[in-house]
Amino acid sequence: MSAQDRRIATLAGHFRGAPAGEEGLLHAFPTMANSQSVFEHVQQAPEDPILGVTVAFNKDPSPLKVNLGVGAYRTEEGKPLVLDVVRKAEQQLVADRSRNKEYQPITGIAQFNKLSAKLILGANSPAIAENRVATVQVLSGTGALRVGAEFISRHYAKPIVFLPNPTWGNHNKIFPLGGVPQKPYRYYDPNTRGLDYQGMIEDLKAAPDGAVILLHACAHNPTGVDPTEEQWEGIRKVIRSKQQLPFFDCAYQGFASGSLDKDAYAVRTFVADGGECFIAQSYAKNMGLYGERVGALSVVCKSAPVASRVDSQLKMVIRPMYSSPPAHGAAIAATILADGRLFQEWTVELKAMADRIISMRHQLYDALKARGTPGDWTHVLKQIGMFTFTGLNKEQVQFMTREYHIYMTSDGRISMAGLSSRTVPHLADAIHAAVIGAQRKA
Amino acid sequence: MASPAACRNVSARLLKALVGRQEARLGNALKAMSTTTNVSRFEQVTMAPADPILGVSEAFKRDESEKKLNLGVGAYRTEDLQPMVLEVVKKAERKMLESGENKEYLPIEGLAAFNKATAELLLGADNAAIKENRVATIQGLSGTGSLRLGAAFIQRYFPGTTVYISNPTWGNHMNIFNDAGVPWKHYRYFDPKTVGLDFEGMMADIENAPDGSIMLLHGCAHNPTGVDPTPEQWEKIADLIEKKNHMAFFDVAYQGFASGSLDQDASSVRRFVERGMEVLVAQSYSKNLGLYAERIGAINAVVSSADAAARVRSQLKRIARPMYSNPPCHGARIVANVVGDAKMFDEWRAEMQEMAGRIKTVRQRLFDELSSKDKSGKDWSFVLKQIGMFSFTGLNKAQSDNMTNKWHIYMTKDGRISLAGLNLAKCEYLADAIIDSYYNVQ
Repeated sequence: MSAQDRRIATLAGHFRGAPAGEEGLLHAFPTMANSQSVFEHVQQAPEDPILGVTVAFNKDPSPLKVNLGVGAYRTEEGKPLVLDVVRKAEQQLVADRSRNKEYQPITGIAQFNKLSAKLILGANSPAIAENRVATVQVLSGTGALRVGAEFISRHYAKPIVFLPNPTWGNHNKIFPLGGVPQKPYRYYDPNTRGLDYQGMIEDLKAAPDGAVILLHACAHNPTGVDPTEEQWEGIRKVIRSKQQLPFFDCAYQGFASGSLDKDAYAVRTFVADGGECFIAQSYAKNMGLYGERVGALSVVCKSAPVASRVDSQLKMVIRPMYSSPPAHGAAIAATILADGRLFQEWTVELKAMADRIISMRHQLYDALKARGTPGDWTHVLKQIGMFTFTGLNKEQVQFMTREYHIYMTSDGRISMAGLSSRTVPHLADAIHAAVIGAQRKA
Repeated sequence: MASPAACRNVSARLLKALVGRQEARLGNALKAMSTTTNVSRFEQVTMAPADPILGVSEAFKRDESEKKLNLGVGAYRTEDLQPMVLEVVKKAERKMLESGENKEYLPIEGLAAFNKATAELLLGADNAAIKENRVATIQGLSGTGSLRLGAAFIQRYFPGTTVYISNPTWGNHMNIFNDAGVPWKHYRYFDPKTVGLDFEGMMADIENAPDGSIMLLHGCAHNPTGVDPTPEQWEKIADLIEKKNHMAFFDVAYQGFASGSLDQDASSVRRFVERGMEVLVAQSYSKNLGLYAERIGAINAVVSSADAAARVRSQLKRIARPMYSNPPCHGARIVANVVGDAKMFDEWRAEMQEMAGRIKTVRQRLFDELSSKDKSGKDWSFVLKQIGMFSFTGLNKAQSDNMTNKWHIYMTKDGRISLAGLNLAKCEYLADAIIDSYYNVQ
C-alpha cells in the first residue's frame, strides 16, 4: 500500500466515524500533511527586541550601517574580538591529549566554580574559607539567573523579585518563567540622567520584608548609571534591615572600570556583612566568551551545611533543564583563572577593552559638543560600562535607523562597544539630526 | 535526665516538625527569628538525593577493588575501557582553531549550518518536508535540553495534554516533563517475562489514551531496555497513533550508534514523517559523535505547513531566550564541520560503525559466556536481540545490589547495564556475576 493509499484509507475510516459537519473533518486527521496542522493555533512570536536589532542590521544593505544594538565588544576596526589569552588557553586545551569530552558533573567544572567564586568574592573571602558558598557552572548570565529563579521559586519563602526600572529586557522574562513574579523599583531618573536614589530607597522600604532584590553589580544595563559607594551603603542597610535577599547580576566585572576588584566592590560589601545573597556571573563580555555560554551562579549562605544542601537542590533544577553545562568555554575560563601569567595577561586585555570604550565616550561627547547638539551630554561621560542611555525616545531612534542606518534598541540604549573612531562622526550626525528634528516638531 | 544524644535527637525532630509545611505558623516564627539569630533563610532546604544514574559513577570511583566494573552511565568506552574522543572530532577542533573562528553569540535558534545538517541527518537530505520548509529546527542543549524545549512548548501550546512515556524509560524524562509542568502517564513497554517488548500492552495503552495525546517514543536503542519494536510493529504503532490523532515525540539519542547506520537508525522517525504525520523530534550528539560534554542536540518540529513551521520556530526561540539566551557554539561547529566535509563525514561513519560494532561484539561474547555457564537452559538471547548501549538484564533491585556489593559491578538499580562500559576481557566475570545474582538472590 503506498503512502497515498494509506492516507486515503485512513480518510475513509474517519469519514465513517467522524462527527457531522466540517468541524468533524478538520479534527479527524490533523496530523496529516496538507490538512490543518495541530500547530495551527501557534502565533508568530515577535523578534527579541535586543537580538532582533542584529537581525534587522544584517538585513540592511547600506554601507553606512552601524550596529549599536547587542552588547558585544568590537575592535576599533569594528570586528569581533577573541582575546589573545583565550586563544592561548584554547590551543592548550585542544592540544592536551589527556583531555576527553566526558559528561561534566551536573554543576560543571569544580575548578571553574571555585575560581569564579574567588574572582567575585576576593581571594581572602571568609565566606569561601568557611565553605558557605555554593557555586554551580551555568550557561552565562541568563543561565545563572534562570537557575537561581527556579531555585528561589521552589525553596524560598518570599519568591517575588524587585527589578530596577529600567533593566535588561530579558530579566522581565527570566524571573516569571522561572516562577518568580516581578515588580519594579525606581532606579533611573530621566531628568538628571542619573540614579533616582531617593525613589530607589523608598521603593525598597515599601517592598515586602524578605523580597528578592535584583541589583546590577556594576555597569547597569541599559542605563550605565551605578550607585556611588555611599549610595551602595545606604542600599545595603535598607536591604539588610528588611531581610531582603540581594540577587546580583554581575555581567561586567573588570569591564566597567578596567579593574576586577573595583567592579566587585558592591558585591563584596554585601558579603562582608555576613548576610546571604545570590550572584550571577557572566564571562561573555569580560573574557569575550559570548557564544561559549560561560557563567556561574553562587549562593552565599549563612553556613556550610546550608550551602551543601542548596548545592544539591540546584542540581535538581539543572538536571531536567539540560543535565550538565557545556565544557569548552568553562575550561578556557578555568585555564586562564588558574594560571598566574594568563590571568595577568587577561587583566591587561580587559583593561584595554574598558579603556577603548571610555575613549569612545569621550569622542562621542566631543563630537556632539562640536556640532552644538542641544542638551547636556555629560551623561555620555558619566555613565559606566558598555552602554549609554542616550535619553533619545522611540521616535528619534526610529528616525536614526531609517535615515542614518543606526541600529540600537528602542529605549535609546547604544552599545559603546560597537563604536569606533571611524563611526563616531556618523553617529553624532544622526543624534544631532534626531534631536534637532524633535525640537522642530515641538 | 535524658542523654545529650537523646536531647539532640528530640530537638532535631522538633526542628524538622517546626519547619515542615504543616507547621507553617511555627515555621514563620522561626523565620522571623532569623533576623536576630544567625539562621539561614534556606535552613529548611533539604538535601536532595543523588542522581540515580550519575550517582553510580560516583560510587564506582570510591570503590577500591581492582575487579570493579562500571556499567552505569551510558558513555562509550574503548576495549581498554577508556573514554574516547573521536578522531574526526579532534580533526574538526584543530580545523576550527586554525581558521580562527570568533566567539560571537549564536542566534537564539543556534548555528544555521548545524540546524540544516541535523535536520538532514535525521530526515534524509532530500526529504520533502525539509525542502518545503516544514521542519522547524532549534539547536538545543543535547537531548535533555532539546526535550525540555519541546516539553515547554507542549505546556504552552497543548495545555492539559498528557504525554505518554514508556515504562520503563530514561529516568530524566519524568523530571523534564515535571519541571516543564506537563502531565505524563506511562504506557506499558517492557515485558519482564520475555525480557522483550510488551507489544499488546503498549498498543492497548496507546488506544486507551484520549485522542490527541502525545506519545514519547525512543527512535532506536530504547533506554534502558535496549528493546526496540520491529519494523512491522512500528508500522502498527504509526497506524494507531494516526487513528487516535496522537502526536509522536521522538527521542533520538543514538542515531548511527545503535546499528552503525545513520539511515537505519532513523527509519522509525522517517516512517512517520513519510506518512505525513506531524512529529516532534529531540536529537543528541552526545553518543554518536562522543560530544557528551559539549551539550549539542536539536529539537525539530515536522509540521504540515511552512507557515505554521515558521511560527513554531519563533515560539521555540521564545522559550530558549529566558532559559539561556542562545546555545553554545563549540559543539555545534564541530558537528557542522564534520557533516559539511565529505571526507570527515565518511570518517565519522567509520568510527560510528566501529563503536556500534564493538558493542555487538561484547554482546555476542556475553551471550556465549552466559549460555555456556548457565546449564539450566534459560534463554539469554535477549542479550543479542536488544540493541544499543544498554541491556535490561531482568535483574531486580536486590539482584542488582548483589552485583555491586559482591561483585563490584556498578549498574543502575533497574537492572540496566551499559554494554559500552564492557570489554571482551570482562565478559566472563560479568557472566558469572549475573548468573550468581539471578539464581542465588531473590
